[in-house]
Amino acid sequence: MSEENRSEDSNWHVEKDNNNIAWVHFDKPESAANLLAQSAIKELNEILIDFESDLPRAIIILSDKKDSFIFGADIKEFTALDNKEQALAFMLKGHELMNRLEAMKCPTVAMVHGLCFGGGTELSLACDYIVASDDKKTKIGLPEIKLGIHPGYGGTARSIERCGPMAAMNIMLTGRALNARAAKKIRLIEEMVPLRQLKSAAESFALTAPQRKKLPFLTRVMNYSLVRPIIASQMRKQVASKARKEHYPAPYSLISLWQKYAGNKKLMLEKEAIAVADLATTDTARNLVRVFFLQEQLKSQGKKVKFDAEYVHVIGGGIMGGDIASWCAIQGYSVTVQDQDPERLAQTIKRAQYSFKKKFKRDRRAIRDANDRLMADHRGSGIHRADIVIEAIFEDVDVKRSLYESIEPKMKPDAILATNTSSIKLEDLSSCLKNPGRLVGLHFFNPVALMPLVEIIRGNETDENVVQQALAFGKNIGKLPLAVKSSPGFLVNRILMPYILEAVTMVDEGIPPEVIDKAALQYGMPMGPIELADTVGLDICKSVANILSAALDMPLPANLKTLSDKKLGKKTGEGFYKYKSGKPIKNKSASYSNQQEVQDRLVLRLLNEATACLREGIVDEADLIDAGVIFGTGFAPFRGGPLEYIRSTGVDELSQTLEGLKNKLGDRFKKDEGWSSL
Amino acid sequence: MSNECGRKVYIVDGSRTPQLKSRGKVGPFSAGDLAVAAAKPLLLRNNFPLDAIDEVILGCMMPGEREANVGRVVSLRLGIPQSVPAWTVQRNCASGMQSVDSAYKNIRNGDADLILAGGVESMSRAPVLFNHTMVNWLGEFMRSRSIGQKLSTILKLRGKHFTPVIALIHGLTDDTVGLGMGETAEIIANNFGITREQMDEYAMTSHHRLAKAHESGFLDEIEVLYDDKGNFYDHDDGVRPDSTVESLAKLRPAFDRKYGKVTAGNSAQITDGASWLILASEDAVKKYDLPVIASIADTQWAGLDPAVMGMGPVHAMTPIMQRNNLSIEDIDYWEINEAFATQVLGCVEAWQQDEYCQDKLKLDHAMGKIPYEKLNIDGGGVSIGHPVGASGARIILHMCKILQRTNAKQGMASLCIGGGQGGAVLLQNEAAQNSIKTEAA
Repeated sequence: MSEENRSEDSNWHVEKDNNNIAWVHFDKPESAANLLAQSAIKELNEILIDFESDLPRAIIILSDKKDSFIFGADIKEFTALDNKEQALAFMLKGHELMNRLEAMKCPTVAMVHGLCFGGGTELSLACDYIVASDDKKTKIGLPEIKLGIHPGYGGTARSIERCGPMAAMNIMLTGRALNARAAKKIRLIEEMVPLRQLKSAAESFALTAPQRKKLPFLTRVMNYSLVRPIIASQMRKQVASKARKEHYPAPYSLISLWQKYAGNKKLMLEKEAIAVADLATTDTARNLVRVFFLQEQLKSQGKKVKFDAEYVHVIGGGIMGGDIASWCAIQGYSVTVQDQDPERLAQTIKRAQYSFKKKFKRDRRAIRDANDRLMADHRGSGIHRADIVIEAIFEDVDVKRSLYESIEPKMKPDAILATNTSSIKLEDLSSCLKNPGRLVGLHFFNPVALMPLVEIIRGNETDENVVQQALAFGKNIGKLPLAVKSSPGFLVNRILMPYILEAVTMVDEGIPPEVIDKAALQYGMPMGPIELADTVGLDICKSVANILSAALDMPLPANLKTLSDKKLGKKTGEGFYKYKSGKPIKNKSASYSNQQEVQDRLVLRLLNEATACLREGIVDEADLIDAGVIFGTGFAPFRGGPLEYIRSTGVDELSQTLEGLKNKLGDRFKKDEGWSSL
Repeated sequence: MSNECGRKVYIVDGSRTPQLKSRGKVGPFSAGDLAVAAAKPLLLRNNFPLDAIDEVILGCMMPGEREANVGRVVSLRLGIPQSVPAWTVQRNCASGMQSVDSAYKNIRNGDADLILAGGVESMSRAPVLFNHTMVNWLGEFMRSRSIGQKLSTILKLRGKHFTPVIALIHGLTDDTVGLGMGETAEIIANNFGITREQMDEYAMTSHHRLAKAHESGFLDEIEVLYDDKGNFYDHDDGVRPDSTVESLAKLRPAFDRKYGKVTAGNSAQITDGASWLILASEDAVKKYDLPVIASIADTQWAGLDPAVMGMGPVHAMTPIMQRNNLSIEDIDYWEINEAFATQVLGCVEAWQQDEYCQDKLKLDHAMGKIPYEKLNIDGGGVSIGHPVGASGARIILHMCKILQRTNAKQGMASLCIGGGQGGAVLLQNEAAQNSIKTEAA
């Protein structure tokens, strides 16, 4: 083998073997992952130009990074794009490379092992063949839609060409990542082999250059110009149920692109670049990129110290405790879940099976291993081995305190004690401990498996190191950890509660719940506040509201003051709505004259509370408020978070609306002092 | 053979699953599942790191189809480091005792310091197999290529192809002498003139004793089992506290149909279960500050006529008694596994007969009578069940618990083995021993 072009700061290096196959290695300097940044695109383009004059027998593209192929484009570069012209020029650089790669007169093979996303997938698609390892770490996808754009380096036309429109549009519209098996099934890749055979397989494709199989007739029919409009309208309907066009234009743009241009690949490629250039400069895309970086910021919060927990002990086998336990078991920890009542533990273990099956599908061994890591522990044998003990029993100060007193002597000296309390002050609990510094809040949200955020509550007494360890633990279990000051409602519930209470107040006033929920959905919330209250459970809403109403002077609406045991929300079949097989029955004809005011009332109470949290320093940085609210409540991600929304809409304009509401409805709309510093 | 020639071996802890009666359908747990569930809390509550374990030994007759060397499967599933070796032993009904004996000898000889040893059986999951005719037919079907060939092969299928081979029935049959285990029990009843009433009364007592032990919390070695359907199992579910001689008398003979005496009611139940013990050398006890619950003083295996395999215990216990100069009064408690009520009664009877003791056991005269109030005081196989591979470890574990609870000095645990063998273990209560020594001093 001979080696050329190897220099320290280059992204690529080429090795030619005895068969004159060029092995093109991607190895971005000083980075754990390969990003297809503009510099990498430029370099590879130059390499290919050289190849054009000195054609190798075949080209194989591979990564030198461990367990990762190409992570996609460098998203940071997107944030520097100021206008459409810049964006288009940017996209066309990619197109030039991909077109050149596709046109190479020798066989080209992408040898994929590990993560292969976005631009990485598009680069692979421009090769004649994609060969991937069947390793668990191999994931292939086109997740651009999550950033408010769609594939822009030729991925749209080329994925459709390979897989047919149904499969290709599905992966682009959902942005989901496929494992190698699924990718092979939809023909996104040619071959899937064990990692040990990956090189041999790539080499074999390079040397034999087999004919690519034609797509089945029925799949090709879907791409016919007469059929496309019908399918496109179906796709639009499906997308509409998930995302509104005015909030998320990218999927609609992708569907139109396909519908209009799928008959002409060259044209489709040109139009793709223009469409993405348009999308990339929208507020939605900017905000979604912002959300991406907020997510990275939260993850990096958990990277400051190393905390290699091995054993987790959860006390409380209720829904919260049980779900935390099964989540940790899924994440690879040895977990004991303690409850006095074997009956409840039996239900905990049963529930865990759903989580395991959901996560591991039909992987019998993975499910067995997760079960083997999880142990129902009615004797509490796990306490003395645990690196972290998570208490998730019912909210009672005295019971919690006596529990802590009894377990502290059994705990390892350096083990963390974490409480999932959402309403009790940490200081009221930690004072019973010999080492009060070890108590930290670990506030998970329900349902644990779906909610990405975990609030790490920093009590006055909590050791800073324990806070950092808890943050690391949060990150290690695959959650987004957010350090929050110990104060009533912490961050998420505190910001959410005025919004929900305002919604309930409006129901008190006679405004139909349907109208209120619709106003929230129009703003971009994933679920309306009334349905959310029903889902959380009205009794739980009430107890959280009670705590906050005392601390933050928020009176309880009449509808929450007296609750009937039979009408506690979704779980009892009736709350504000009636429920039929888990779905609320909504009156579609419900209407109200001043829809805009309904939305303003909801949103401004939320924004006002977010501003108060900023002023009080509930979290360490302003951006973290946006991060917490987006990942903790699902707050419209395309708006970039409440504070970002205030900034982009204008402090003055919103202040005026707030003032108007205060004059009409009272002091709960009084502008927080924090607005002045925004 | 006694431990005089080696290091002292301690039992420091143990646990077991509740034993679940097989109810004519595939049980919720495989052998591996049971063994894992019983061992998890045991390993968790002890202080030693998992890599301190020198080896894992598990007795099992019929592991699940995916559990070749089930001992190793379980060891890995428990998260015990891959570098710790694990093996499976099979001595039929004594597999769980064999594992303890192997562990005992390895520690005594200085080859190991800390061993996890136990036994397991999921009898409800014993395989049901295709017969040879069917296996050959399947082979032919696999070889047929064309649709025509396949069709003609399919047409060859007959009813006889579908007769299953039930491994459990064959497992409980001694093919060398052509007798089912129940038939060997009938032979013992016949040899010693044991009546149906005696057997039923013994069986009833077994149930009553187990019920009382459960009630009194004497079975704290049981760890709760949880299945994946939201059920939990916290006691041996074959127990019938309301059992009476009358109710037992109604059952029909199960083996010698019509004229026999051995019924399902006075035989051990077919059950699923697992038991574990942690055995340790003195070094390990000190190093990890382990709580000693008993020590193993001696072990013995014996062989005899397979047709009367149920007499195995007296053949195994006798040499231990001789070697340690023990008389019946020296043993505070006895556990003789109840494979069949008649077989336990036969053992007690045999030791009282000069003839049997002289002929078969080469003793000068009868050993004497084991008092029933000291024998299987918390029930036995008839009420608790007899998951074949697990019982040996279970009776040793429970004997340790009895000695601790009553502060007694020593106990004997023994069982009979299909194929004509017996095994016995002499256990001593360290705490009681010390107090005796202190008193003497």
